[in-house]
Amino acid sequence: MGPLVPEIIGNNLNLIIAFLIGIAFGYTLEQAGFSSSRRLAGLFYGYDFVVLRVFFTAAVTAMMGLIVLSFLGWIRLDLIYINPTFLTSVIIGGLIMGLGFILGGFCPGTSVTAAAIGKIDAIAFLVGIFTGIFIFAESFPLIRDLYTSGNLGNILVYESLGVPRGVFAFGLTVLAIAAFIVTSRIESRINGEERTESPLLRRRYSAAVGVAVVIGFVLIFMPDKTSRALNTVENHWQDAGQKIKKMDKDELAMMLINDENRLLLVDVRSAGEFEQSHIPLAVNIPFGKLTDVQWRNLLKDRRKTNIFYATDTETALKAALLSVELGDNGDVRILDEGFDVFNREILTFDVSNPHEKLSVDLEQFRRDARLKLEELAARAGGTTVQVKEVRKIKGGC
Amino acid sequence: MRPPQIDRSNYMNPYLAGVLLGLILLATIFISGRGLGASGAFKSLVVTTVEAVAPAHAENAPFFANYSKTHAEGGLKSWLVFEILGVLVGGFLSGLISGRMGFKNEHGPGISGRTRLIAAFSGGILFGIGSQLGRGCTSGAALSGMAVMSSAGFIAMMAIFGSGYAFAYFFRKLWI
Repeated sequence: MGPLVPEIIGNNLNLIIAFLIGIAFGYTLEQAGFSSSRRLAGLFYGYDFVVLRVFFTAAVTAMMGLIVLSFLGWIRLDLIYINPTFLTSVIIGGLIMGLGFILGGFCPGTSVTAAAIGKIDAIAFLVGIFTGIFIFAESFPLIRDLYTSGNLGNILVYESLGVPRGVFAFGLTVLAIAAFIVTSRIESRINGEERTESPLLRRRYSAAVGVAVVIGFVLIFMPDKTSRALNTVENHWQDAGQKIKKMDKDELAMMLINDENRLLLVDVRSAGEFEQSHIPLAVNIPFGKLTDVQWRNLLKDRRKTNIFYATDTETALKAALLSVELGDNGDVRILDEGFDVFNREILTFDVSNPHEKLSVDLEQFRRDARLKLEELAARAGGTTVQVKEVRKIKGGC
Repeated sequence: MRPPQIDRSNYMNPYLAGVLLGLILLATIFISGRGLGASGAFKSLVVTTVEAVAPAHAENAPFFANYSKTHAEGGLKSWLVFEILGVLVGGFLSGLISGRMGFKNEHGPGISGRTRLIAAFSGGILFGIGSQLGRGCTSGAALSGMAVMSSAGFIAMMAIFGSGYAFAYFFRKLWI
């Protein structure tokens, strides 16, 4: 389902949404107190850790939320924008921004909310950002090498560290909670305050922490929908034989001739094999690409019977099961005996060279079927199923 | 040295604000497939300004030429520009509702207003340059990057805050 852009929501609506999201973003930043440079700078002197609290709570919430959405199959994590890692550039940029934070007391987003309520220092900061980007732009030829150095691509942190996604998310949550506890102690000491939280507030915080830990624990063992489907297929495909019925070659030929609109024929062999020869009207979805999002609409059409075939019945069975597990149309069959037998006995049926003893009727049927399927192939000739390319979203600053 | 007294009573509970911000970020990623940001909007503004003021220069200088190549629609019609306009409106509404409106130059007790403005301007310049090298600022690179678990997000976060702590001692007069 998600992300909704660009498939469901168009570009102009997306800009309106950007504006609305911005309002919520700005409102929350200001309500959190991010419009005050002295509060923000407090992070670095230990008198006010509001930045750390809001920042880490937000990061952990969004991160956990994404894991849950991906588990439910509501969002495709491989389509969302992952900011690329240019190692040298991001480290030096971060160091410069840190110095800018100490001097300026803002970061760009917070300075906008501060300027919105009339903070003059924030306006000076904004003019500074504008100037800084201009300086960068003008000196770009000099720093281009630095800017593009250390390109590691769109790497993910848990992959870099070699731990499972859930374990990393859980570890970060625990780290954030530990940081909240330690920093609130530091804050009280520096401000010379007694710890002022009421027992009720403390109980509430403990409850929230408890819930976060439980959710985090569940997440560790939580693979996303696609990996769950692949797992099920790997472990249970042998049992699927009873659930997913086989279709005899003659039955398929009959259906193709009489009822072509009621079936969707899926060829899960490689593109090369498909190119060489295939059953008329078949759509080629190589087994490894079956999980790709672009096929879902096609395979979800419940007015049709999805018939999978491959060279062997085992691959066809796995493909059919995978498709069902991914939530596609549950009305599935597989072609018994595989493509090669269908090709030999129907598509290129040769009456003078029979592979099995056929009744007169069946022999006649196959002869007719060969001709009719040739017509069908000629008619279907140039038509291929139009599937929309799914684009990865561009983003970034 | 007395730390500054800040009235916290008026502000939202930071954890609640954090959860809200996290949900806004989550909704953003769910709907638009991308995170929040800020510095990118200023980049669009700089590029648009230069294109308007010195079109010949904008065509020749590699940075501007690159930008218009990768941003076909160009100009200010970009996601981040609309988002930042929203931030301006949202911040304004929040300030209005909570009674925090008013022109004010906020600075530490030990410095003059002028010093504060110079420091803020310099900090802005550094953030402008740094956010280009970092391919995003605290919201675009660090926060949104961490939410999607990109390595760049975590590195940016550690570099920004690590550097802040490293330099904090030298600029303490500005704040406490």
